[in-house]
Amino acid sequence: MLTITDLTKQYPTGLKALHGISLTVDEPQVVAIIGPSGAGKSTLIRCVNRLVEPTSGSVLLDGTDITKLGRGPLRRARRRMGMIFQEYNLVDRLTVMENLLSGRLGYVGFWRAFRRNYPAADVQAAYALLDRVGLHGYENTRADALSGGQRQRVGIGRALMQQPDLLLVDEPTASLDPKTSRQIMRIIVELAHERGTPALLNIHDVPLARSHADRIIGLTAGAIVFDGKPDDLNEAVLTEIYGEEDWSKTVGRDDDDDGGGNAAPGRSGRPGDLDSAAVAG
Amino acid sequence: MSAPSTESYPATWKPPGLIANPLMQRGVVALTVLYILWSIGSLEIDWSRIAQGFDRAGNLFGRMFPPSFERWELLLKGFRESLQMALAASFFGMVLAIPVGLCAARNLAPRPVYLVARGIIVITRTFHEVIIAIIFVKIFGFGPLAGVLTLIVASVSFISKMLAEDIENMTPGAMEAVRATGASFPKFLIYAITPQIMPRYLGLSIYRLDANIRHSTVVGIVGAGGIGQVLQASFNRYDYDFSLAILISIVALVFIGEFFSAWIRGRLR
Ligand SMILES: Nc1ncnc2c1ncn2[C@@H]1O[C@H](COP(=O)(O)OP(=O)(O)OP(=O)(O)O)[C@@H](O)[C@H]1O
Ligand SMILES: [Mg+2]
Repeated sequence: MLTITDLTKQYPTGLKALHGISLTVDEPQVVAIIGPSGAGKSTLIRCVNRLVEPTSGSVLLDGTDITKLGRGPLRRARRRMGMIFQEYNLVDRLTVMENLLSGRLGYVGFWRAFRRNYPAADVQAAYALLDRVGLHGYENTRADALSGGQRQRVGIGRALMQQPDLLLVDEPTASLDPKTSRQIMRIIVELAHERGTPALLNIHDVPLARSHADRIIGLTAGAIVFDGKPDDLNEAVLTEIYGEEDWSKTVGRDDDDDGGGNAAPGRSGRPGDLDSAAVAG
Repeated sequence: MSAPSTESYPATWKPPGLIANPLMQRGVVALTVLYILWSIGSLEIDWSRIAQGFDRAGNLFGRMFPPSFERWELLLKGFRESLQMALAASFFGMVLAIPVGLCAARNLAPRPVYLVARGIIVITRTFHEVIIAIIFVKIFGFGPLAGVLTLIVASVSFISKMLAEDIENMTPGAMEAVRATGASFPKFLIYAITPQIMPRYLGLSIYRLDANIRHSTVVGIVGAGGIGQVLQASFNRYDYDFSLAILISIVALVFIGEFFSAWIRGRLR
């Protein structure tokens, strides 16, 4: 599905953010990328859809080398990659529905997009997703009237409206409270599994990554230092990724939250949620 | 629990001044005083000319009263022309400002396009409307065409500059996200840019309409049509009572324009 080979990125400032990253995702799994600030997590994810231009190396998505594409083909490749952002990045003055439908911009013609006249299947898919992310009835609310958690739900919906072959997720929960973080994380992971879409997901919250991801990659100073199952993430590995620190509390099995598929915004969580999430620095 | 003792720390604190060096500070004060004295000295006030001026002002205002609305048809014609100039210039200015504004936004346009658009804006902003009007009058002759063109240039310059700055100040997040959906540039414009700048664009355009009404009275003075040209003619013929009637009408028009523009802009928020 996704094969990254020897990917490097040197910013114009001269800083080398990625030193030859190679990784393969060949099954629909959620891959959490963890690592200290500045390790190059965002750079890596952005090189995949070329919001950041890689310096060298290749990114194969179902056999197509993204790094070699011209403008038109790159646009067509991008619509197959849904992206979810830490700051949600909704268009504030548009309604929730318009934000969701903007996920179809790569597919519909200019006039349809301009007149907000989307194909019936797209509108139905949008309503279904709205319901799925727990925002039933919010279609006409303007994005700037939503809370952070609600915005991220819309952001997830927008990415999935693209019916992507790959999800790129950059710290989806970093601006959210622990409980909302869990809900958001669960929605993303469930949707990825439901639809068989692989996901690359940057996250700082190690317990959350352990409890929700299928695979964990540890990135330090632009290089992969760990690639394995969440259960293999022990104190020694965390020390290698982040440096010397007391990891005993972080490695202790994280209580998964209440597990249900329903993610309605008003639902109350267990008090335990707060403790386990607060450990991650 | 009692707070730890703080007695050993300084008890006063003053914010650091704008200029840290005290010598430099005195120097700046001294220079400022010198500059003010020099400015006053260079005024070269000629009291006899001022006295004459008072005389002439008395004469002028004496002949202005009472204002004469006798030639109201000419007045009305001038105003209609000015208003038409302002409306037409605002419309074309609004439309043309969009491409210029987009090209002048550093985060949208390629470098060469950006530089050209910024160049156009800087050059047109450098010259006052009156100078542009004089040039257009030289090219197209007396009359409203020169006036409309002048106001169009000024409107495009103003609206596109503000628009470009707005686009540059937009947070990149939403733009990035729309780009990441694979949207083409036109679709990117209507989804990521338009919604964010629309209210401001309308506000600026209304403001510019109001400004164009005011400026349409000015550009006429150099022969570019409208009420300004009528006013200039009345001064030349020493019809000061008619001049006053025109001035009063201009005040009324500008007042209405300002009120109207403020009202609409208030409703746009
Ligand atoms: N546009 C840029 N220009 C120059 N250097 C950059 C740019 N973006 C990122 N960098 C640098 O590249 C390195 C990797 O940054 P990146 O944002 O990928 O890290 P990250 O792992 O996502 O960090 P965080 O966890 O804080 O989000 C950092 O040293 C950063 O300073
Ligand atoms: Mg980052």
